[in-house]
This record gives sequence, C-alpha cells and structure tokens, in this order.
Amino acid sequence: MPRRVLTEGAVRLVLGAAGRLTTPLLPDDYLALADPLLSRRWPAGRVEEVRAETAEASTLVLRPGHGWRPAHRAGQYVPLGVRIDGVLHWRAYSLTTPPDGPGEPFSITVKALPEGRVSRYLAHRLRPGDVLRLGPAQGTFHLPAPPPRRVLLLTAGIGITPVMAMLRALSDEGGTAGTDVLLVHSSPDPGRTVFGPELRAMAERLPWFRLHEHHTRAGARPAGHLTPARLPAVCPDWRERATWACGPAALLESAERLWAAAGLADRLHVERFRPLPPGPSSPAGSLSSDARVRFAASGVETTVGAGTPLLQAGEAAGVAMPSGCRMGICFGCVTPLLHGRVRDLRTGEVHGEPGDLIQTCVSAACGPVTLDL
Amino acid sequence: MVTAVPTEPVLPDSPDVPPRGTDTEALGRALDRIRADVLARRGAEDARYIHTVVAVHRRLEIGGRAALAVSLLPPAWLVGTAALTTAKILENLELGHNIMHGQWDWMRDPAIHSTTWEWDNPTPAYAWKHTHNHIHHTWTNVVGRDRDLGFTVLRMTKDQAWRPVHLFQPFYTALGAPFFEWLAALYDLEADAVLQRRKSLRAFLRDATGTVRKGVRQAAKDYLFFPVLAGPSALPCLLGNLTANTARSLWAHTVIFCGHFPDGVRSFTVEETENETRGQWYLRQALGSADIEGGTVLHVLSGNLSHQIEHHLFPDLPSNRYAEIAPRVREVLTAHGVPYTTGPLLKQYASTWARICRMALPDLRRTTRSRPEGDESV
Repeated sequence: MPRRVLTEGAVRLVLGAAGRLTTPLLPDDYLALADPLLSRRWPAGRVEEVRAETAEASTLVLRPGHGWRPAHRAGQYVPLGVRIDGVLHWRAYSLTTPPDGPGEPFSITVKALPEGRVSRYLAHRLRPGDVLRLGPAQGTFHLPAPPPRRVLLLTAGIGITPVMAMLRALSDEGGTAGTDVLLVHSSPDPGRTVFGPELRAMAERLPWFRLHEHHTRAGARPAGHLTPARLPAVCPDWRERATWACGPAALLESAERLWAAAGLADRLHVERFRPLPPGPSSPAGSLSSDARVRFAASGVETTVGAGTPLLQAGEAAGVAMPSGCRMGICFGCVTPLLHGRVRDLRTGEVHGEPGDLIQTCVSAACGPVTLDL
Repeated sequence: MVTAVPTEPVLPDSPDVPPRGTDTEALGRALDRIRADVLARRGAEDARYIHTVVAVHRRLEIGGRAALAVSLLPPAWLVGTAALTTAKILENLELGHNIMHGQWDWMRDPAIHSTTWEWDNPTPAYAWKHTHNHIHHTWTNVVGRDRDLGFTVLRMTKDQAWRPVHLFQPFYTALGAPFFEWLAALYDLEADAVLQRRKSLRAFLRDATGTVRKGVRQAAKDYLFFPVLAGPSALPCLLGNLTANTARSLWAHTVIFCGHFPDGVRSFTVEETENETRGQWYLRQALGSADIEGGTVLHVLSGNLSHQIEHHLFPDLPSNRYAEIAPRVREVLTAHGVPYTTGPLLKQYASTWARICRMALPDLRRTTRSRPEGDESV
C-alpha cells in the first residue's frame, strides 16, 4: 500500500510538471488519444464482456481506467456516461461485484426498461471494446464492517443488483462468523429472475444464507406483488434484523411506512434507483399551467408561468442569477438542472436531465424544476 | 468579387435598416426553419466531426513539438513549424471559438463544453466569452455598442467620429496583426469600459491578474520550457514556436477582419436596434457580416468563420453545418432582397484594407449613414 501511494505521488508530480508543457490542456488529454482509459480528468472504462442474464437484463464487465478510484463498497453505485447519437447520457448503476484491486474489472447489471433509451442501449447494443465514462463510486447503501449478526435483504426486480454485490462480498469473505442473511426477493417468474441460478446455488452452498423467492406472475395462481404486509409470514423475526431494501418505489415506500410504524425506521436502509435531488414541494405543473421552480442553493421557491424564462423567474424571486445577453446566443446564463424538464422557448423542444447545463434565458419550466443556484 | 449588392440604390434619407421591401418577419421564419432543420438532424455524425478535429489537433501538436525538439535539422524545423501552426489554428478557430460559443454543448460532454473549455491563447476563456459572445454577437456592428467594430482603436465606419490618430490606423493595424493574440487579450480586459464606468476598477484588476497569469503560462510554455527541453535545438525550437504563434495571429486577424469589414457590410445605430424583432435581428446579423468563398480546407482552417453570415445568424449551431446551410441561407436572403456579401479571400481582404485606409481619413463630405460601407455609388 505505501508503495502504491509513493508511485501515485510520483505520477502526480510528473503529470503536474508536464502540465506546464500541455497548458491549458492536461497531459491527460494527450494520453487519452492513445487510450481513453489513461485519462484521469475524464475517467473511463472499457467494456470487456457483455453477458445476458435474462431476456431483458445484461451484465457488463468493465475495466476501469486510471482516473477511477478503485475503493468502492459492496452496495454502492457508479455513474456511467454513455454516448448515444452524439449525446452523453449519465445513469447510475449498482456495482454487482465486490471491491477489487485498482484497475481490476467490475460489473454492473442493466435491465432494459421499455421506455429507457439508455438502459436499452446498455443492455442490448453495447459491445466489448466500447468505452464509457465513469463517475466515482458512491452511495451509503452498504453493509457495515463487520456486518450485523442478522440481516434481511428485501428486493424486487432489478433491485437485486446492489444486494448481489453484498452477497458476493460476504461469500468471498466466507461469510462472517455468526452472520445470518435472509434474502426475500420478488420477480415475475424463475426465468426472469436476474441472478436466479447463482442465488439458488448460493443458498444451497452457504450455510449462513437463505433465499425466499416470491414470483408475481408464475404458475396458475400468480402471487401478486410482494407487500410488506406479507413479510411477517416470510420473515417472522423482521423486527430483529437490520434490513437493506431495494426495488420499485411502491415497495420501498410501503416498507418505510411499516418500519416507521414499528418504531424501527433506523434499522431499515433503502436504496432508490435514479437518485434525484428532491423536487419542488408542489407536484403540479404542465405545459399550459404554472410550475414550481426551486433554487436549491438559495433555498428559494417560486411559481412561474409556462412562458417565463427561468432567468427572469429567478431574478423576480431575488436569486442571484448568472446572465448574459438574454437572447440565447452568449451562453452566459448556463446553470445546472437538478430536477425536472425545461422547454426551449425558441423551439418548443422539451428537454433536460439532472446534471444538464441549461440556458435559463431561453428555458421555461415544464413541470416542477430545481436549479442548482 | 462581391456577388450580391443591393438591387437598387438606397436613398440617403431613408431609414434603411431593412433593405426596401424586406418582410423581416417572413425572413425570420424562413431562417428559423433552417435552424430547426439542423437541430432535428444534429447527432452522431456531428459528434464524430468534432472528436476528429480534437484528435487531429492534438496529434498535429504532438508531432509538431516532437519535430521542433530536433529542429537543428532544417527539414524538422519546417515540418514541425508547419504542424504546430496548423494545430494552433485549428485549436483557436474550429475548436476554441466554436466550443466556447456553446456549439457543442448539446453533446453534454464536459470535456467539450462552453463552460469548461480553455484555449491556447493568452486571453482567458471567460474574458473572451464576455466580449465576444455577449457583447459582439448581441450588438453586431452597432456603433457605440459593438466594440469589435474597430476594436476601440480603429475607425471602420463613417458613423464613428474621426480623430487624428486614425490617420495612422493602416500602420498600427499592420503592426498589430502579428501580435493579434496579445492585443486581443488586452482588448478583452475592457479598459475603455472602466473609463466609461461600465466596469469597476476592481473587476478590471481581477481580470488583469487572470490575463497576466494565463499569458505567463502561455509564454513560458512556448518560449521557455519547450526550447529548454529541446537542448541543442533550443533556438530553432523557440523560433518555430514564435513563427507558429505569429502565423496563427496573422491568420486569425485576417479571418476576423474579413468577417465584418469588407465592402457591402453595414453598420447600425443604437436607435435602429431599438425594439428589434427576431426577424430584424436576423437581418442585422446578415447585413453586418461577410463570407469568404473557398474550399473545405479554407473553411476548416478558418473555423468555418468563412461562413460568418451563417455563424452570426446561428452562432450556436455546430460549425460543420454552416457549409451545408450556406446555399439555403443565401437563397432565403436573396429572395428577401437582402444582400449576401461574399467573395474570395484575397478580394475580401483587399476590400477590408481599402476600408481601413479610407476610414483613416476624415470625411470630406458630411453624409448621413445610409449606405452600405464601401458603396460609393449615388
């Protein structure tokens, strides 16, 4: 470890000196010509393998480049940047493999959503050799070390992914003395259970692990959704277990209600996909009506008409807005969009994803919007 | 040659912002359609283009620097200097200028984005974005507002007051062209705005510090570090770098001056721009800009500013689309009776110099501003 720190220090020193020669670019920008994985400024990963898990879900094995910090924890997610039709889209996916050495491959598992442009691209169109941008691993959804004695994992559908990383990590460590893990997992049917065979094999092999599969659409009498009301029957000691839950919003919300009602809210850890910053408090808003706009950094909230540029709305609400010429040609007003979608007042086009930089002088809110100002 | 001129002489007293008979709203709609068409088709092909230019620039720079490291050999000096010059020209015009216009922001790539791009130029990106994107593009050729109309030291239209110093403007323009990048950095500090109280002294000092810091880094790279690393080739390497920067300055100066100052290009008064509609804004951009005719190489090396008219109408469309829409823009403008000023490089450059010389002299006749500059008919 100290040796690695030393090498890292030397590399930084050399790159820093070389920066005098490459200014205003970084040595990185030139190294990335040879291989995008050499870039530290824009960390990237190369697809090594694409493996079909089910008809809709694929596992991508990615080899991360130099800029990606290797130390993730099982259960965390990683933002992936994928270029589709020239546009870079960012989505976060749970890592499904436990932490490994620096530069070692990791995997994520993507389920193609019917309307999901990015998820469908990742699951079906990505090929070995393709390069994706990577963000740093993040998230607080992981087991403590050492893990609690009794653990309940409550998952549905593709929500299995962060939990799979936890199980694989525990399995690699040979389990931890005295740990008892129960996974309650809901999926449509055995064939459409992502990691189904592996989970069943683990349950056979590992004395500390039990699997309860709930199939919503299998057999003559489908079981319907897994609701927390059914939980006590499956896991009578749920109150005594530390619980990690991941799945559709409905499942998570009802779980949160159940645990809160039992006064055990602090024993439930929940992971939501597409972690978005909280939206404005009022949910109303459409093309034709007023919309709630929140300025996250200033803590200001206001209601604006559908034809009002966000720049004007912010100024009226007393927010210090960056601005330029107000004609959409100088890009002096670009601001990160945290939540919601906006309409370009010049073209009528509705666009925007969290993290996009939008021109507030020619953009109006299309539904609730949060800006990072 | 100037291939389109107003179809009829404009009367001295007519308020002729729109050439007579121009339906500016229909013109605006027609141009909006062109813009919408490009937006609808913008995609992977455009992204591939800009990524290619980025890669070509960086490879040329690496190759040029490597050759200049052994530039005691004359062929290495020639190749290295040529490669570095080309790299710097691409970096300034097709990359820097266009990326900082937000032309590639739609790719959502932080590596090629108006908010993050910094260019190989003594003027810091933020300073240039303010004077160029904000001031020049908003107030194109409006006397008293567009500082690029003469860059505060030249008189480029009869609507600018003549002062005796303008007698020397052909000389200082010629002397300044090789140092254009440094003069531009100075210009972007807007010292004149401090005098006019449009800018605080504090802001000026802050910007000056940023420019000095950037300029020192730039100069140290080309005139100190690379020559020192070249060892025995230090002197030819230094000369190669100096040549590349000077050639880039001369070229950028040429392209930029040909964009707004040849014969046929008009200037405007502040009153004319009051309550301007979108159609009228388009019209002013078209009348205030000029194209350069030429082949693909000329277009790429000029950062597609050879399509200055298209660029001023649609400053945030990707530059690789300007050549494609130019015939349509020309057709629309011509159909609305709006002159489309264009010509080969030499013609446009000569015409620009003729104006610099003409405007150096005081007006003998008192004329109202009513004709395209350079139109000496009537």
